[in-house]
Amino acid sequence: MDTYSILREFADSWMLLALFTFFGGVILWVFRPGSRKTYADTAEIPFRHETRPAAGRQVDKEA
Amino acid sequence: MTHTLKLVALGLTALFGAIAANYARDLAYMVNMLVVMLTAGILFLMTLRTAGDEGPAPDLSGDYMDGVVRFGVIATAFWGVVGFLVGIVIAAQLAFPVLNFEWAQGYLNFGRLRPLHTSAVIFAFGGNALIATSFYVVQRTSAARLWGGNAAWFVFWGYQLFIVMAALSYVLGGSQSKEYAEPEWYVDLWLTVVWVVYLAVFLGTIIKRKEPHIYVANWFYLSFIVTVALLHVVNNLSIPVSIWGSKSVQVFAGVQDAMTQWWYGHNAVGFFLTAGFLGMMYYFIPKQAERPVYSYKLSIIHFWALIFIYIWAGPHHLHYTALPDWASTLGMVFSVVLWMPSWGGMINGLMTLSGAWDKLRTDPVIRMMVIAVGFYGMSTFEGPMMSIKAVNSLSHYTDWTIGHVHSGALGWNGMITFGALYYLVPKLWNRERLYSLSMVSWHFWLATIGIVLYAASMWVTGIMEGLMWREVDANGFLVNSFADTVAAKFPMYVVRTLGGVMFLAGAVIMCINLWLTVTRQPELATNDSLVPAE
Repeated sequence: MDTYSILREFADSWMLLALFTFFGGVILWVFRPGSRKTYADTAEIPFRHETRPAAGRQVDKEA
Repeated sequence: MTHTLKLVALGLTALFGAIAANYARDLAYMVNMLVVMLTAGILFLMTLRTAGDEGPAPDLSGDYMDGVVRFGVIATAFWGVVGFLVGIVIAAQLAFPVLNFEWAQGYLNFGRLRPLHTSAVIFAFGGNALIATSFYVVQRTSAARLWGGNAAWFVFWGYQLFIVMAALSYVLGGSQSKEYAEPEWYVDLWLTVVWVVYLAVFLGTIIKRKEPHIYVANWFYLSFIVTVALLHVVNNLSIPVSIWGSKSVQVFAGVQDAMTQWWYGHNAVGFFLTAGFLGMMYYFIPKQAERPVYSYKLSIIHFWALIFIYIWAGPHHLHYTALPDWASTLGMVFSVVLWMPSWGGMINGLMTLSGAWDKLRTDPVIRMMVIAVGFYGMSTFEGPMMSIKAVNSLSHYTDWTIGHVHSGALGWNGMITFGALYYLVPKLWNRERLYSLSMVSWHFWLATIGIVLYAASMWVTGIMEGLMWREVDANGFLVNSFADTVAAKFPMYVVRTLGGVMFLAGAVIMCINLWLTVTRQPELATNDSLVPAE
């Protein structure tokens, strides 16, 4: 088979499956148990460290 | 040591610029090489004058790098006004062809100014807005100073050099005739260098972040940077005829070239004008509304759905062409599916205001951001509709397309950028508030009415000319000649120009307001930037 047909067959089958699986996996991952608490914290990121970088490795909730 | 190396590199670049300008085979190339020579020469002198002056580098890690963001904000406002102004000129040229002056033929006629307008608003205005806000946002959400020291300054000035070289070459005739990718090979190479450094600065900052999670805005910005790099390199694969001239030959030919171009062109819309600006939305709307994004889960699904679907939508630009039917159907289907993640993102942005809807009445800045998201919703509904083959057979090649692009570009990209600028200037220059909120309201209404005039007139003229082109009489002959449609479009072209004038007037009011914010508003007491002892 020529390169085009090989790539075309691969794209239509295994690659398509891989992409769909990844995408479905992302949706399942987002709704995993306990994600609500994690994401509530992540969504607050813009409201920390407004004026200066964090000092140490620790996440500084106050600043 | 680094100074010596820098001087050698700059000196050689200036010398190369001089040699290249001397051997230049065309005007655009010669002028651009003179620009390269002058830039390298000035930088050489500046480096020479400061050589040996520097003491030990101060520890700046306790401070954000905002100088480059301030320059980015100024550049955004400046290029915005330039780009809108050129837009009005070419809109007037379409309505009144006499404005294609005889003495300026070959330089300032519609054909030369049109790419100047599109590149000025997309890449100069939009690009500077994206670079400035991404540098601002990635620092705040990573709680870390920009990685790479002065590399961020290289990105900023390197990008301005790219804009100047591209603009000069359009006016002087150096173009590879690919829509939104007009710059010739040597300008493309320079942009590639700048873009790789941009990616390094952005990624470096994310890698050294102090927050455990990467905030969603950074995902959008990163996808914009990575995808634009990929699109730019593949679509600009070309072989220069000579290293002393602008002209190059594309590696792809025929329908492959067309497909590559619109894979690039549509994803430039998808990742430059959508993903990057969504990064802005996910930071500045929560900040201005003072509440976190409506649903963080939805934002993650929004991100991955957008990434997975957008990349396939390009073929809808090539319906009823030499492109195979399956490819154009694929593009159509994915364009329609794309409606879902787009509206998911719109709902997420709008609902961030839930519980704070009263701010719409009191805060014209948030009003600006919300109408931006509203226009995003409208144009991401219009786009999928226009990608359907039956609709496209009417709308394609008509002004409807131009109206659609502008409701997205002026409404979504323009308004969200204005909102971000209104948010950023008081923060960056340490002022308590904007100089005048009523000027923001004036800007808001001028811009909104301007866009409505623009979009409405383009719908009317687009559908009218589409219907006129396909009208046949009882014997099957076409009823209208092309010139008939041009004559019928005149009133709508005047209304369109008027809409553009109103949009520009709003932007000028914004510049005055921002200028007075910095010069007239008292400075807040600064907190020092020392790193606390631990």
